[in-house]
Amino acid sequence: MLKVDTVNVYYGGIHAIKDVSLMVREGEIVTLIGANGAGKSTILRTISGLLNPKTGSVEFEGARLTGVPAQDIVKKGISQVPEGRRIFANLTVLENLELGAYIRSDAKEIREDIQKIYGRFPRLAERRAQLAGTLSGGEQQMLAMGRALMSRPKLLLLDEPSMGLAPLLVKEIFAIIREINAGGTTILLVEQNANMALSIAHQAYVLETGRITLAGTARELADSESVRKAYLGG
Amino acid sequence: MELNSFAQQLVQQLINGVSLGSIYSLIALGYTMVYGIIRLINFAHGDIYMLGAYVGFFCTSILGLSFFPALLAAMAVAAVTGIVIERLAYRPLRHAPKIAVLITAIGVSLLLEYGGILAVTPQPRTFPAVFPARIYTFGGIVVNSQQIVILAVALALMVLLTYIVQRTKIGRAMRAVSYDTDAARLMGINVDQVISFTFGIGSGLAAAAGVLVGIYYNSIDPLMGIMPGLKAFVAAVLGGIGIIPGAMLGGVIMGVVEALVSGFISSTFRDAAAFAILIAILLFKPSGLLGKNIREKV
Repeated sequence: MLKVDTVNVYYGGIHAIKDVSLMVREGEIVTLIGANGAGKSTILRTISGLLNPKTGSVEFEGARLTGVPAQDIVKKGISQVPEGRRIFANLTVLENLELGAYIRSDAKEIREDIQKIYGRFPRLAERRAQLAGTLSGGEQQMLAMGRALMSRPKLLLLDEPSMGLAPLLVKEIFAIIREINAGGTTILLVEQNANMALSIAHQAYVLETGRITLAGTARELADSESVRKAYLGG
Repeated sequence: MELNSFAQQLVQQLINGVSLGSIYSLIALGYTMVYGIIRLINFAHGDIYMLGAYVGFFCTSILGLSFFPALLAAMAVAAVTGIVIERLAYRPLRHAPKIAVLITAIGVSLLLEYGGILAVTPQPRTFPAVFPARIYTFGGIVVNSQQIVILAVALALMVLLTYIVQRTKIGRAMRAVSYDTDAARLMGINVDQVISFTFGIGSGLAAAAGVLVGIYYNSIDPLMGIMPGLKAFVAAVLGGIGIIPGAMLGGVIMGVVEALVSGFISSTFRDAAAFAILIAILLFKPSGLLGKNIREKV
């Protein structure tokens, strides 16, 4: 479904992503784990079109994404929950969800989808008229995910959904990720919390300083000696 | 009932100030919206106001249009001009250092001013009287029909703008882009389109202000945009740059202060008062009256 092929990305003069290739098959949860600063977010930003690779290509459902503007990539069916949620704090919860459906014009179905999101995240329903900036961290993560789902993506990119959340909330969020995947949405999940990520993923990649150093099924990686040492605390 | 003369003078100046101030508000809105969305002080904005006044002038004097069609025509021409300026002058500099865009804005401003002189001569023109000027007196307070029209039109436009920004899809997109451009892109929002739209609306409002001023003062010239442009900029900063209700409030305060200074001290100090406000606000509350003190995002 998604094919990233020997991509190189530079930030100013810094070579941030080096010859990265990865594949996401339809229906899977694929995770990309690695330490802070390894370049995980950079890869997601490149897929979403916020950054342009210097060389290499990104393909989605057989069509090239490289050079396509970010707003058109959303229309092709890729939605991202960015690192740090990036919700619109000065807008209400409802307005954030409506913006998630910006590319759609089917007003009736948008309203139904908002109700579905409220069903999945009842906390958002209670706070629909509140400014999003007043939500707690966990609620903001739920809003960011709900907002991303409003575009009805085929592929959902999740950037560190566990960041800054209490362990109980992390569990809840990961359960929801599984549900979303079970509903037919393919997921590419970037995480520092390798334990949680590997527990729900099918395929996994390890990124170290801009390079993919390991790839395999999530189980293989969870059992691998080097991953256990570096990311799973022994 | 007869008011005593001080109170009478005060109320009179407040009325004058609010109608002048609503014009500053209209111009300030364009500054603040453009700043909110691309963090640029568009110094050519005052000249768009001048352009609007001229379009209004030609529509009424040569084409013989009445007030509302002329107003709409001026707003439309200015909106298109604003969009074209952004497209040609500012968009290519989207990733350039801010100072480059700022200098470009000053360049565009000079181009419009001296291009204007070339096109329509520096001679001031007399705006035709589009309304019969009626004067109403209430207990010694004088209100003329132009002031009423200015206030009514300015208020209607501000209500319309608030509706667009708060209640429509494009308005939501504007607020999203203003808050976080990259996150807005991830929603599928075409940021360039939103920026164009913002320039269009801001320029349209400035043009409306230009037409209203033409009617009020009867006289327009190609450099008329400089001073009101600067004062509207001060108004935007006063209210909190980037904040739409702030621009409305700032404009009215500026107008009232100017009227009071003219009425009670001397009109010589009118402009000085405007810039004293700028200095004071920058010293004591740089984020503006309605602004929150937040640190610049890195």
